[in-house]
Amino acid sequence: MSCEKEYRSILLDTAKKIAKKYPLEYWMEKDEKCEFAEEFWKDIVDAGFLGILVPEEYGGSNLTMEDLYLVIRTLCENGCGMAGNWYICLTEVFGALPIVKFGTEEQKKKYLPGIVDGKIEFCMALTEPNAGSNTFRIETFASKTEKGFVVNGTKVFISGADRAKGMLLVTRTKKLSEVENKTDGITLFLVDLPNPRVKVSPISKHGINYSHSCEVCIEDLELTENDILGGPQSLHKGWKQLIYVLDPERIVFTAAAIGIGMLAIKKAVEYASTRKVFGEPIGSYQSLQHPLAESYAHLECANLMALEACRVFDSNGNYRELARASNIAKVVAVEAATRAVYWAMQIHGGYGYAKEYHVERWWREINLIRLAPVTQQMALNYIASNVLGLPRGYK
Amino acid sequence: MKAVCFVKSVPDTETRVRLTGNRLDKSEIKYILNPYCEFAVEEAVRKKEAGIVDEVLVISMGPSRAQEAIRSALAIGADRGVHIEDDNLDGSDAIVTARVLVEAFKKEGGLDNYQILLFGLRAIDGDTWSVPSMIAELLGIPAVTNIVKLDINGNKAIAIRMVEGGEEVFEVELPCVFAARKGLNEPRYPSLPSIMKAKKKPITRYTISDLGIPSDAVGKVGSFTEVLEYTLPPQRQAGKKVEGEPEQVVEELIKFLREVANII
Ligand SMILES: Cc1cc2nc3c(=O)[nH]c(=O)nc-3n(C[C@H](O)[C@H](O)[C@H](O)COP(=O)(O)OP(=O)(O)OC[C@H]3O[C@@H](n4cnc5c(N)ncnc54)[C@H](O)[C@@H]3O)c2cc1C
Repeated sequence: MSCEKEYRSILLDTAKKIAKKYPLEYWMEKDEKCEFAEEFWKDIVDAGFLGILVPEEYGGSNLTMEDLYLVIRTLCENGCGMAGNWYICLTEVFGALPIVKFGTEEQKKKYLPGIVDGKIEFCMALTEPNAGSNTFRIETFASKTEKGFVVNGTKVFISGADRAKGMLLVTRTKKLSEVENKTDGITLFLVDLPNPRVKVSPISKHGINYSHSCEVCIEDLELTENDILGGPQSLHKGWKQLIYVLDPERIVFTAAAIGIGMLAIKKAVEYASTRKVFGEPIGSYQSLQHPLAESYAHLECANLMALEACRVFDSNGNYRELARASNIAKVVAVEAATRAVYWAMQIHGGYGYAKEYHVERWWREINLIRLAPVTQQMALNYIASNVLGLPRGYK
Repeated sequence: MKAVCFVKSVPDTETRVRLTGNRLDKSEIKYILNPYCEFAVEEAVRKKEAGIVDEVLVISMGPSRAQEAIRSALAIGADRGVHIEDDNLDGSDAIVTARVLVEAFKKEGGLDNYQILLFGLRAIDGDTWSVPSMIAELLGIPAVTNIVKLDINGNKAIAIRMVEGGEEVFEVELPCVFAARKGLNEPRYPSLPSIMKAKKKPITRYTISDLGIPSDAVGKVGSFTEVLEYTLPPQRQAGKKVEGEPEQVVEELIKFLREVANII
């Protein structure tokens, strides 16, 4: 059930107040020191944001994707930048959401209350060195044994794996070469971390350094049928479940893109309104105005598309509809936000390159969203082949 | 013991104030619970959490948006709300507002039911700072305004009031009016679970006829004062920078303060 209008404004006010509590310098420091933002995490947990999608019986508020989207956008655009999305996405979209939607009663009881009160952080291990954009080619394999399964494989860029207590692990239980339909034989497991059979090593990266993305090596990890998301009956059927994680992931990253774009625009407008180079404020020059105005217009349009994606998700709509809306929203939001941050930096001149003006951090943050969770090319591929019906140049 | 908070819905501090002619253009204003009222509600809720108070009532007079202010207070932790809404109230000044609030308060049992009456020191829009004291006067009870601390002990309260250069410590008997200023507490932001709880809390609605108030006693006709026009404050001028050797600069500054600013 979605938060009624009157109460939603209180909810978003809370999000805004939390965001404003952390000045831009806070994020500069966390990013520079590569530190997890403990204080911020505690605040969003206490505010109940990790339980937005979780039913009340497990301690959550049973609200909607639209509420989650709006909370994230509000956090991002009021100063948090990517951080307003990152931690929530890892734990709520990769952990709570699939468990709420597909988990067994036992799995719900085991994980959800801990997720809501911030004790269980989550991560999702999908990407592999030989399978990024092509999920079906993953090589992490769960072989059947007498007691259950034994898993081997290597994952890469797994964000939050160094802190997480739970991991949504994407495996194959049938080899790609042995299935007729490539979506067959994918199985999702819920894995408790840390685990001696799972080695986690952080990868040094461009931005978002208040969280580590890690290489994860899995060696002879033993799991049982009951560790399969949704229990034994979901064996080999993980693809259908995974869609309902990947599309919402696009939705929340759209919120992040829009938030970062709006934040950069606001900063640029403030700066351009006061900075004088030839007498009048530089903000009066149309060559600087139009890119901001255009980015703003495109961001607002992307916002409508993202809300449409939320609506489809919240009304249990068709998964093709969901993929269509969330891919379109993501593609448009990223282009517009990248342009917004680009021009925010341009408007700041040399100061845009200085850390203390923050724009360079948002530049590093927005750069991620054209690469992950899905590259712009793959999102456009989806629109081209699945929506427009063009022939596919790859299998 | 019970507490009542009188709250107001006001424009958000981030609102850009626009005028249409010499009237306020309200079309794009976002309204919030007056920040000073937040201190009052927070204090009442803390007294409840400390086991001193067993009910916190919130009363607000205003158009339908006043309900949002009440809901915000309920989400902070107040128990129920009273909303006085009536088209006739438009244009009411401070004393009329005080009288209407007193009637609504009486309808809820008045001083027989409520011993702690909390207000924000001022509403950031009208900024008259007067309603709390007026209500104390109308009810015949004491008022301590501008408080930064409130301790309740039996039917007595010790309240610390900020004054120029120091603090005044008051011991008062309840019932009493208290008007909160910044520093009394750090208001919480409502968490999602408390927002969900707030949905189930009742809000009672009164019109002026429910309160037995004739329509000519309120609004513009019933008020002593009337806002004739609004003007925006003058644009802030850029500061003047005086540069040079210290002796020279001091001389120039003194000249400026004498002749331009007329301060010395
Ligand atoms: C900071 C960070 C955090 C991440 N966090 C996680 C995480 O928590 N969990 C997780 O599982 N993954 C995570 N990822 C991985 C991310 O999802 C992948 O990097 C992304 O899906 C792209 O895969 P790839 O890097 O292997 O690129 P590739 O698939 O190798 O693509 C390389 C390039 O080729 C293009 N390309 C490939 N195929 C086509 C095609 N058919 N048509 C046109 N162009 C094509 C791509 O668009 C891209 O430009 C993260 C990545 C980063 C950088």
